[in-house]
Amino acid sequence: MIALSDYLILGAILFSLSIAGIFINRKNVIILLMCVELMLLAVNMNFIAFSHFLGDSAGQVFVFFILTVAAAEAAIGLAILVVLFRNKRSIDVNDLDVLKG
Amino acid sequence: MSFEKIIFYVFAAIVVFAATMVITRKNPVHSALFLVLAFFGSSGLWLLAEAEFLAIALVLVYVGAVMVLFLFVVMMLDIDVATLRAGMIRYLPVGVLVALAMLVQLVLIVGPENFGLDQYAAPFKHAADYNNTAELGSLLYTVYMYPFEIAAVILLVAIVAAISLTHRRRMTTKYQNPSEQVTVKKADRLKVVSMPSEEKMEIK
Repeated sequence: MIALSDYLILGAILFSLSIAGIFINRKNVIILLMCVELMLLAVNMNFIAFSHFLGDSAGQVFVFFILTVAAAEAAIGLAILVVLFRNKRSIDVNDLDVLKG
Repeated sequence: MSFEKIIFYVFAAIVVFAATMVITRKNPVHSALFLVLAFFGSSGLWLLAEAEFLAIALVLVYVGAVMVLFLFVVMMLDIDVATLRAGMIRYLPVGVLVALAMLVQLVLIVGPENFGLDQYAAPFKHAADYNNTAELGSLLYTVYMYPFEIAAVILLVAIVAAISLTHRRRMTTKYQNPSEQVTVKKADRLKVVSMPSEEKMEIK
């Protein structure tokens, strides 16, 4: 039988992979956004596993809200990205230093 | 090994493979497509965990809307990939190190000795007529009514923010202002000037 720890370890692997992705692709904003999506997926995986094993549907409701907020975040993040590219012709994080004192 | 477990491991392997590809591909389009694969794999795993509604919602909403938006933006922007990947090798060791340390810590906590089948027994399987959507809906529209409405407002805010951020008003374009057109007065456009009448000329 599938144990709860299997789901949790899969979530941990996904989360660590996305952490590594943020370190590796620290210049490309698009990949950074994708890594954040992967992190949310890992968290959702944990929520659903706990909801399944504890027999409580509240975990699934939480995943529903996380999906909603993640969709909003992706929409606004990509809109900011488009405006950024329009102004600077690049999406390199290192170019985003105009607020530097 | 039961059939269920084999399916779990196949889907888990697909998800981990896709996630690895997302963070290592050169081309952001490939990354986005592998992220789609990761979402599909997770959707299968969620089906195994009897979260049918969310599994379908993940494919419909996430793959269908959010990832298409990602692909749209990635393809619309003309990105110079080479300069963006210049420091990749430099940051690879520290990234792998941090990720490994984090993974070891997490697995030590959530491993089989703490969350195994002995601590959390495999749950009772629902009957064939169990309706996950109905149960989730009845929860959402009763207990979580208020958060549900806030979620709707958040989506509205996201729409307004995304449009107002990306909308660009061109200065060269001429456009009408209906409000001004409706409230215009006669005096704004018509000017009556009084002129002296002409003298009668004599015809010779």
